[in-house]
Amino acid sequence: MQAFNTQVNYQNPSIEGYYGEFGGAYIPEMLFKNVETLKAEYLKIMEEPTFIAEVDALLKDYVGRPTPLFYAERLSKEIGANIYLKREDLCHTGAHKINNTIGQIVLAKRLGKTKIIAETGAGQHGVATATVCALKGMECVVYMGEKDIERQAPNVARMKMLGAKVVPAKSGSKTLKDATNEAIRAWINEPNETHYIIGSVVGPHPYPDMVARFQSVISKEMRLQLKEKLGNELPTHVVACVGGGSNAAGAFYHFLNEPTVALVAVEAAGHGVYSGLSAATTQLGTHGILHGSKSIVMQTSDGQVVEPHSISAGLDYPGIGPLHAFLYESKRGTFLSATDEEALASAFHISQIEGIIPALETAHAFSVLPKLGLKPTDVVVVCLSGRGDKDLATYMEHL
Amino acid sequence: MSRLENLFKAQSKRVLNVYCTAGYPNLNSTLQIMESLQENGANIIELGMPYSDPLADGEVIQSSSLHALSNGMTLQVLFEQLSEMRKTIHIPLVLMGYMNPILQYGFEAFCVRAKEVGVDGLILPDLPLYEFENIYGKTIKDNGLDFIFLVTPETPEERLRKLDSLSSGFLYAVSSSATTGKDKDFSQVAIYLERLQQMNLKNPILVGFGIKDKLSFDAVNEFTNGAIIGSAYINALSKGEDVGVITKQFLNEVLGN
Repeated sequence: MQAFNTQVNYQNPSIEGYYGEFGGAYIPEMLFKNVETLKAEYLKIMEEPTFIAEVDALLKDYVGRPTPLFYAERLSKEIGANIYLKREDLCHTGAHKINNTIGQIVLAKRLGKTKIIAETGAGQHGVATATVCALKGMECVVYMGEKDIERQAPNVARMKMLGAKVVPAKSGSKTLKDATNEAIRAWINEPNETHYIIGSVVGPHPYPDMVARFQSVISKEMRLQLKEKLGNELPTHVVACVGGGSNAAGAFYHFLNEPTVALVAVEAAGHGVYSGLSAATTQLGTHGILHGSKSIVMQTSDGQVVEPHSISAGLDYPGIGPLHAFLYESKRGTFLSATDEEALASAFHISQIEGIIPALETAHAFSVLPKLGLKPTDVVVVCLSGRGDKDLATYMEHL
Repeated sequence: MSRLENLFKAQSKRVLNVYCTAGYPNLNSTLQIMESLQENGANIIELGMPYSDPLADGEVIQSSSLHALSNGMTLQVLFEQLSEMRKTIHIPLVLMGYMNPILQYGFEAFCVRAKEVGVDGLILPDLPLYEFENIYGKTIKDNGLDFIFLVTPETPEERLRKLDSLSSGFLYAVSSSATTGKDKDFSQVAIYLERLQQMNLKNPILVGFGIKDKLSFDAVNEFTNGAIIGSAYINALSKGEDVGVITKQFLNEVLGN
C-alpha cells in the first residue's frame, strides 16, 4: 500500500495535514464543512496584521507574556548543567493552555461563531476556555469526563464561576478521551454557530498545526530570552511533558528545524510503562486513528482504544499529537517517561529547592533531568507548563 | 452485477436498510437477527462493527457497541460468524464501522475476507475522500466491494457529485448534520431530499439518521429510494425479549404490514 510523502520541515504539515504518515482528517462527512472552512481560513486569518496585533496585545496585557525564563540555580548545581525554567505557570489561569484559547477565541470571532465548546481533562484547558469566553462574551460549554469532574473539583468550580456550562461525559472510561468524543459529537450536532476549541495538538487537521502555532510563542520567547541572557539563542536541550503534547509542541516549535537542539518529550508511565496502568503512548501504542488523526494510539490488537492511567489527569490520554508521533518515529525527538511516583517526588523536590510548586504534569518533565547525562556546559530549558495549585489535594496526601 | 445493484434494479422505492450492531444484544445473536430481518421484509442489512470510540454515533449505538465489545465481539469473531451466512442470507449485506479496528486487522486482509464471506459493501464514516482516492479506494474496488459515502445537507454540490461518482451500491444521505439517534424536523429534511432528487445522481439514495417509524419512513420515501433505520431498532432490541419477535413487530410497524 502506498505511503504518503514524507517531508523534512517539521513545522509545516502537508496540505492535507500530514507529518510524514501521521495526521490527516479522519472525520465523518457531518464535520466536513466546519473543518474545511477552518482549514481554508486559519493560516490566512493568523497572518492578518490586525489578528496578530489583537492576539499579541491580549497575550501581553491579559495573559502576562512574555513569561520569564528563570535560571534555576540550585537545580542546576545539583544536576550539573545550566537549567532554565520557562515559567508558563505564571500565565493567567496558571498554565500554558491559555496561549491557545486566546488565539482560537479571536479566530472564532472572525469566523462569525457565537458559541464555543471544548473538552478538558484536568480542567486547565476548560478553565482557559471559560476564561476567554467570558472575556469575549461567548457562550461556553465544556465537556469533561465524569471521573475527572470528581477528581478536579476546584477547576469545575472555576469554570462554573466563569459562566461556563460543564457537561459530564458519561461514556466509556469517563475521562479525557470520552470528553473529546462528546465534544466532537456536540460539534456534529451544532456545526454552524459553534467553534470547537481543542486544547491540544490532536484532532483532525488543521487543529494539530493551529494549536502548535498558537503555542509556539513559548519557544519564540525562549530564543529571544536565551539570546539576551547567553548571547546564543539555541539551548542544547528542551524538555517538556507530553500528554496530547501542546506545551511540548510550543516549547519545541522554533527549535524543530535546529538539529543541534535535543528535544526531550516526557510521557506519563503511571505505575510503570509495562504495568498495565500507564499512559506512555509511544512506548505502548501502535499506529492508529484517534479523534480524527492518524498517530500512535494505545489500543488492543483488535483496534479498540484502551484506557490509559496517569496520576495527572492532563497526561491521562491514550494518544499523542501527530507531530509528536512523527518526532518519535523520525527520532528527531527523544521520548522518555516518568512514573506517578517519580513525578510526585519531583514535584516535592522542585518545590523545596526552587520555591515553585509545579503541576503534576510538569513534574514528569523534571523527573528525567538526572537521566539525560548532562554536561556542565549544557543549557537546558524545561517548560514549566503549569502551577500545582490544582493538584494540592493529591500533594496533601503525600505531605 | 452486484447484489445492491440488482436490488435497486428490481425495487426503486421503499428500500429498507436496517442497521444492527454485530454481537448485540448477544455475541451469537448476529446471524439470528440477520435471518429475522430478511424474513420480515428488510431489503438490506447494515451490520455495525463495534468500536470503542464511534464518533458519528449517538448514545444508543455507542452503548450497543460497548455492549457488543464486552460480549467479546471482534472482527475475527464476526467473520467467523459470517462465514456460512450466504447459505441462508440472500439480501445485500453492508458492513459499517470505523477505520481504526480495520487498520489493525489489515485493510487489505479485511477487504479480502469481507468479500470471501459474502459482504457486498462498506460504509466507513471516518474514511475521508482524500485517503479513499489516494490509498484505500483501490483496495476496496479491487476486491469487488461497493463503497458507500455519506452526504449531508451541508455537502457542497461539487463535492456531492464527486462522492456520488466514487460511491457504488447507493449513496447514504444523512438527513441533517447530526449524530445518529436524534429527532429531525422533516419539513427541512424534505427540502434537502427534493434537492438531491433533482440532481439526478448516479446512485440510488437511502436516507439515514432520524428514521424511526412508519411516519418518518413514509416521509422520506417521497423523494428517495428508501431509508436506513438504526437507533430505533437497537432501542427495540434493548428491551431484551426474543429478537425474532421484536424484529417482526418492529418491521411490521415500519412497513405498515
